[in-house]
Amino acid sequence: MTALAIRRLDKSFGGLRVARGIDLAVETGERRLIIGPNGAGKTTLFNLIAGELKPDGGTVALFGADITALPARRRAHLGLARTYQIITLFPKDTLLHNLLLSLLGRAPLRWNPVARLAAQAALQQEARQRLMDIGLAHLADRPLSQTSYGERRRVEIAMALAQKPRVLLLDEPFAGLSLDERRDVQALLAAVPRDVTMVMIEHDMDVALDFADRISVMHLGEVVVEGARAAVVADPRTREIYLGE
Amino acid sequence: MRRIALALALAVLLAVPLWAGGSFYVNIVSQILIAAIFALGLDVLVGYAGLISLGHAGLFGVAAYGVAVMLGAGFGHLAAIAAALALCVATTALFAVLALRTTGIGFIMITLALGQLLWGLAYRWIDLTQGDNGISAASRPAPLGLSLASADGFYYATLAVFLAVLLALAVLAASPFGASLKGTRDQPRRMTALGFDVWTIRFLAFLLSGLCSGIAGVLFFYYNEFISPQALALSASAEALLMVIAGGSGTLLGPIAGAALVVAMKSVASAYIARWNFTLGAIFVLIVLFMPEGLVPGSRRLARWVWAARKGRRNPAAAESGG
Repeated sequence: MTALAIRRLDKSFGGLRVARGIDLAVETGERRLIIGPNGAGKTTLFNLIAGELKPDGGTVALFGADITALPARRRAHLGLARTYQIITLFPKDTLLHNLLLSLLGRAPLRWNPVARLAAQAALQQEARQRLMDIGLAHLADRPLSQTSYGERRRVEIAMALAQKPRVLLLDEPFAGLSLDERRDVQALLAAVPRDVTMVMIEHDMDVALDFADRISVMHLGEVVVEGARAAVVADPRTREIYLGE
Repeated sequence: MRRIALALALAVLLAVPLWAGGSFYVNIVSQILIAAIFALGLDVLVGYAGLISLGHAGLFGVAAYGVAVMLGAGFGHLAAIAAALALCVATTALFAVLALRTTGIGFIMITLALGQLLWGLAYRWIDLTQGDNGISAASRPAPLGLSLASADGFYYATLAVFLAVLLALAVLAASPFGASLKGTRDQPRRMTALGFDVWTIRFLAFLLSGLCSGIAGVLFFYYNEFISPQALALSASAEALLMVIAGGSGTLLGPIAGAALVVAMKSVASAYIARWNFTLGAIFVLIVLFMPEGLVPGSRRLARWVWAARKGRRNPAAAESGG
């Protein structure tokens, strides 16, 4: 089944057309890599899929349901989660609190004004378990601002996974990480079960190519090449657009 | 330790009529509590939701005028208070729908304009508000047969309301909704991506904030037994905002400390210092310079620093190894 189906998606900022009739179909469980030079429209595409931007035309469907008109928060409830190129978490709060917020996002408990958050044993336990899954349980009570960039990136991915997504959008998850940190994030993503479909934007080909089942190459707001890894890498248009040859 | 401090504070507050030294000072503490309720309500929006309002005196005034007009129309105190608070919450909802279209400077300007609109109505809708002359109350209520006519009686009623508001806000701050609210203040974009309805969370916070302002407005009317447009002026909104910022926004104690500072300067220090406005301004400047986070968080930071310094003097080796 097609997890994410995008048809003829258009978006312009004034006179600048940033998405030009984008078509994309990602199958359930697939690992899709989206590459392209800066300004190709990759993050804009993520913002359109996640509902942070409203398209001028075209449709976005999640498991067959048209979500084009739905606000971003409703898409999260339907199983769409994302990470950002620039980490946007809660630096003053502890790692545990960051995870708790993520778990609360889809729980009716988030509206409760009288219960004590600290007394929600099941929620606290699950948040600690999520931190354990990424090897950061020992830092649970430390403010996020006192952790390394790589640890924050892992927390961000753990938060997205805590949303129990069916489709996960990863915007340059390896950007700015050291080699060791890349290995940690790589292992984290490799452990994600196949029932979660993942779409990743990444510039680091060494780590990204291993991840991908299929690759889409974007240029000037269009998907210009799409296919299996070897075919896309061998395609002369990829070399021309992405590698500048 | 925290519980002991709370019990001590409660004991001190309960004993105010015994140690304050006369009804003048008991009344000052009543004024502080009313201002604190107003500031706590504003802090829900400023400190917890990250939305700065310059129109809350309008909401304060709607409730005060609501009681005054209802009493003038012959209704009883309970009906008048209930109707005034309902009117205040309805006005807050309208404020919120208009102001929450934006954040930042835009939000400040819309709340400022709406507050000025209400102030203008209080001045010009003379048939209803009696304009600049204001409206006087015939009497204070006597709940359960207890008279609030005396300074002590009114103080205890105000204290009960203050403690109820404080407890409600403390529960809210520690709740999942409180965490959601603070999340929308810090990272609204991320909160949306996590599935939170940022607009509705802010809207509910605005309603709660307006309700607290209304409660303070009702108490203010009964305290003074009078309401005039001056209570809705921009300076009143700015004063409440200064209480929140000076005391420490996003905390429960901060707005209370800010209210105590402002009311004490206005009502007590003004008797001894001719230029008390200048002194208050100077104090605010000093707070911003040396405790930009506000008096309460700043004092905590100072206490931690002093504690660490003392510990270091007693045991330099341990302090060094501890970083």
